[in-house]
This record gives sequence, structure tokens and C-alpha cells, in this order.
Amino acid sequence: MHSSRIVRIGAPLIIVGALALSSCSSKSEGSGGGNKTLTIGVVAPLSGDLSAVGNGIKNGVDLAIKQANAAKTVKGVTLVLDAQDDTAKADVGATVAAKLVAESSVVGVVGPLNSSVAKSVAPVMASANLAIISPSNSGVDLTGRGALATGATQTRPYKSYFRVCATDDIQGPFAADYAVKDLKVKKVAIVHDKKAYGQGLAEAFAKQAAADGATVLKTETINPGDKDFSALVTKLKSESPDFLFYGGEYPEASLITKQMKSAGLNIPLMGGDGVDAADYIKIAGAQANGDYATALGAPTDKLASAAQFLTDYKAQNYKDPADPYGAAAYDSANAIIKALAKAYGEGKTGQALRDEITKEVGDSNFQGATGAISFDQFGDTNNKVLTVYKVTKGAFVPVKTDSFK
Amino acid sequence: MQLFMQQLVNGVVLGATYGLVALGYTMVYGIVQLINFAHGEIFMLGGFGALFTYTVLLPSGTPVVLALILMLLGGMAVSVTAAVIMERFAYRPLRGAPRLAPLITALGVSIFLQELVRNFYPAKSPRPFPQLIPPDYLINLGGGVTINAPKLVTVIAAVVGMVALSTFVRSSRTGRAMQATAQDPDTARLMGIDTDRIIVTAFVLGASLAAVSGLSNGLQFGTVDPRMGALTGVKAFTAAVLGGIGNISGAVLGGFLLGIVEVMATQYAPSPLSGGAWANAWGFVVLILVLVFRPNGLLGERVAARA
Repeated sequence: MHSSRIVRIGAPLIIVGALALSSCSSKSEGSGGGNKTLTIGVVAPLSGDLSAVGNGIKNGVDLAIKQANAAKTVKGVTLVLDAQDDTAKADVGATVAAKLVAESSVVGVVGPLNSSVAKSVAPVMASANLAIISPSNSGVDLTGRGALATGATQTRPYKSYFRVCATDDIQGPFAADYAVKDLKVKKVAIVHDKKAYGQGLAEAFAKQAAADGATVLKTETINPGDKDFSALVTKLKSESPDFLFYGGEYPEASLITKQMKSAGLNIPLMGGDGVDAADYIKIAGAQANGDYATALGAPTDKLASAAQFLTDYKAQNYKDPADPYGAAAYDSANAIIKALAKAYGEGKTGQALRDEITKEVGDSNFQGATGAISFDQFGDTNNKVLTVYKVTKGAFVPVKTDSFK
Repeated sequence: MQLFMQQLVNGVVLGATYGLVALGYTMVYGIVQLINFAHGEIFMLGGFGALFTYTVLLPSGTPVVLALILMLLGGMAVSVTAAVIMERFAYRPLRGAPRLAPLITALGVSIFLQELVRNFYPAKSPRPFPQLIPPDYLINLGGGVTINAPKLVTVIAAVVGMVALSTFVRSSRTGRAMQATAQDPDTARLMGIDTDRIIVTAFVLGASLAAVSGLSNGLQFGTVDPRMGALTGVKAFTAAVLGGIGNISGAVLGGFLLGIVEVMATQYAPSPLSGGAWANAWGFVVLILVLVFRPNGLLGERVAARA
């Protein structure tokens, strides 16, 4: 999710939701039979437009907790879930984060969904050195990766923040490798919309495509909101490229591909996850066929490692689907549970327990549903999985899932 | 040469939309000296009116020509209704007010209409528009230069709109009353001209042409969205100023010129000022140059042709 979405939801709903959840957790407290009760928090949008995705995250964590309790993974501890609704808003995220930090039984947090929310949640977590693992944040700045593009040294902004997904900045190189090595394109045209996301994506693509041996034409730019791209298309046609990479979002991309193919320039357009949208195909119609888009992560049902997770998830009869981030949330929760098991086993409590868990999460190394889970010194996953989708008969169909090295 | 000619055609097509919308700006300005910034939204409403007619009112399987006519009428109905209401309730009460008041009101109306449509069609994204005229039907203009069918329709609509409007203003009784109101509203009223009615007529004519443009825009690009009027409105206003605001032929000429400059800048401007991103900047460079040498715009002097 590279962009934040605004979810309209009244404050009363949040309070009602929080009350309902707190009553849930207090009910399950006694069930440990004399055991100590510790909490794993979730921060995700549980209401509004993104609630299906947010609930998928919550359910993934819930499943991990249930399995850990059943298997007694953490000796002498009963785990409970405290899911907080961030309504996909940064300010609400900061509030619920503070609430989780203040609750001394919370030993780790999974979430949030949106990078924009993470920017306000991660500092709160870092202030208490409480481990937070996001299943889905792709914003580069959260782990200081933004510095890499300018050649500066990467420094970690939030010491307790981790993520198990790939980041925006590797989409471009990943797409370039696919275009040049797999599709064997020779002459690539590059167009972007000058926005931070689009330009960054296009520049990274161009650099990698040139390094891979393709001829890269001079970059063209457009204005977001433009509709008539005939001048651009005519110019591109005169340069006869065999591939077009577009850095930007689907409203312009869909018009470009349509106008390009209408004018007789029949080459595939490829974009990042900003293009990977159902409306891209709705607007471009049949002319979208043969185009490509990359996206972070992998379709869960295509992963061999996720088969057991999907079976278990289905057995719980959750209302919302596991995709897109349920499996990643499950892995995130398991990273926290494994770290807790170690730290608690060493007899740590209170702040020392949180400190130790954050340290242990950083040293994670296990096979999760989405693949190998381990982090680099900045909190980024070492297993950067991306997928290329191709528009086939009016739908995005995954054609290649791979880890980016 | 083929490349140049093809880009020229692209520029004329781009300019045709600007010109059609610019006619509305120029006519209202000519009569009440009001820059109606909400006119871009009238253009947008025309597109949505046509889409609404197609998706909600027309049974599936309506013959294409009949569908197009009904969509045009639907779009016009929405545009004209909005323009008349806007004139009656937003601008008429401010007729005697300082000039800045109606200008700010126009900006307010513009935002209001955008948000209204956004609430009516609650989606962040552009809405697909039916492609009744196939965009991959290419017409060869000779020498490998092509234009597709919906684009040709847009250009024809602009030229027909301009000719019809200037004939109407020059020859009809109402048209002459419009000229009189433009030249001297007080004397016109003394001569028995109902100036309020004339002003409404100018809004209605401008809105009808904007609806034509909204429909042809939807057909050409296959999408309409609530923000489409903002950018096109600014460009059309620029075209009207370029051609000499208040002048009917000037608006269309300004539209074509602006479209051609933008397209040529995309193709030929020297790096690093090249590419579509700089096309708008080049458009304004030309505007400034024209205004330096002809402060009233290209055709701005022929005050008699004002309407």
C-alpha cells in the first residue's frame, strides 16, 4: 500500500470498537489457569473501506496466538489479542499506539496496514522499545531506505520497527530484470508523472534496464490529470520502442496504453503497483491485454509454504479473507511469539522483556507462511518477494513471483 | 515531415476541446465582464450528464446514432440547468457588486459543483465512459498521417460550434441584442432589450457548447471524472485570453494555437525543457509573448465582433 486512504468513520465507532475489544480481552484473561497473561497488539483499519484487509491482518495474528496457546509455545504464558482500529488514519494510529504502549502486558504489536499510519505509530512504539512488525508497509522512509536513492548512508529511524514485506524502491529494478531478462525487450521507453512515487519507480527501472543491457530511450514526462497523450504517443512511435515502462498510477496509465494501441503502437505497458488496479482494465478495456504490473508480496495461494496456513485459516471460519496480508500478519505474530518465548524463558519482565523481545525479533530466522523470515539491521526483511502480473483476458494474472536479491 | 504533420493534427484535436469550452468563457465575459471560473465544471457536468443518460436512461441495444443524440441532449440538459441556476442564484444578485465578488463566487460555485458530482458518483477514480465511436478506427489523412474517429468528431464539433455561434450572434435578432448588451448594457435596456434574458441566453449557449465538448471528450478518452473540468477550464480560459477574450473566433483560434504549442513542445522542445511535463509551461510562454505584443489577444481589437 503505497498510498494512504481516507476512511470516514466517526469517533463513536472507534470507542465502541475499543470497548468491545477490551471486554473481549478481559474475558479471556482468566482462562490461563493461573498462567501469566501477555498481550499481542494489532493496529490496523478494522472499519471503513479497508476493513476487509485490516481484519485479514487481525485474523492472521489471532490464528498465530491460538496455535501458540494450544501448543504452549511460551511456557507459563497465555497470549491474548488486543486489536486496535486505526481507521487508516495517522492521528488515530498514534492514539491507539500510545494506548498499547501504556498497557504493560503488551509485548509486541503487528501492523499497521498503511505506511502513512506507520509513520505516526512507529515513533510511539520506539519510545518504549516495543517491537512492531508490519505485514504491509512499503514506504521506503520507515526503515531509512529513502537515503539509498540519493547515495546517502541508511540510518534506522525507529529502533523497534520491522516489516516482513518488500519496499517500493525495489519494484523498479525487479520489473526491469523481468522485462529485460525474461521478456527479452531491447528498446525501452520510459514515461513518468513527476510525482515522488512515479518518478522514483521509473528512474530505478531505467537504471536497472540499462545495466541489464537494454537500450533506454530518453525519459518522457506527463502531468497527472492529463487525458490527451497523442503527442506523447506520436513521439514514442517515431522512436519505435518495443516496451514502455510507466511510473505513476492507473488513471493516466490506462489512457496511455489505450491511446498508444489505438494509434497502432502495439507494445506492452508495464507499471508498478499503482497500475495494478481493476479500474486499469475497466478503462483501457481489451487494450489492456498483454500489459504488466508488479506488486509487492505474493498471491498466498501460489506459495507452497502457505498451504498449511490457508488450511488453518479456513478452519477458523473467519469472515474476511486472508489475502492480501493475512499470511504476512501470521508470520509477524509468530516472530513476536518466538522472540517472547526466548525472552520470557530467560526470566525477563517489564521493560527488560520488551527490550529483549525487540532484540530477539531482529535476530529472527524461521520458515514462515510467506517464506524465510529474517531482518537486516534496519528492520527490513531479507526475503523481498515481488510478483509480476500480466493482463490476460481482462484480469491481472500472476506470471512470476520471485525474491529480489 | 510526417511526424510534424501528425503532431500538428494532434495539436488541432487537443485545441478543439479547449476552443469549444473557451467559447463559453468568452461569450459570458463579452456580455457581463465576468470570468466564469465554474465553466470548466459545466463542461464536466456535460460529460457526466451524457454518461448518466447512457447508463441509466437508455435501454441496452439503442442504435449508436440515436444513443449519441440522446446522450448529447442529456448532457446539455444537465449543463444548461446547472448554468441557469448558477446564473440566477450566484451571479445575478451580484450584478452591481464590485468585480471581485462574482469572481470569488465563481470559484466557490466551481468547487461546489465538483464536490456535488463527487458525492453523486462516490469514487476516487475516473469513471469509464462508453466507447460508442471506436477509438481504433483510424482515418488516413494522407502521407501516413492519421486521426481516429472520435477525435475527428471533436474537431468537427468545434468548428461547427464556432461557425454556428458566430452566425447566430451576427444575424439573429437575439444575437444582435447580445451584441448591444455587450457594448452598452444600460442603453440596450433603454432600447427595450431584456438584458437579464440576454445574459441567461449567453450562459445557455456557452453551457450547450461545453456539453458538446464534455461528450466528445468522454468519447475520445473513454473516461470522465469530477476533476476533469478544472484543468480543461484553465486551459480553455487561457485559450480565450490568447485569442482575445470576448471574441468568438478568437476563442477557437486561441484553442487551436494553445493545443498546437503544447503538442509541439512535447515533441520538439530542447532538453531539459522537453516532454509533456513542460508543455503547459510552453503554452504560457506563448500566451505571455502574445500579450506583450497584443495586449488584447490575437483578435481582441475587433470589439464589434464581441458577443
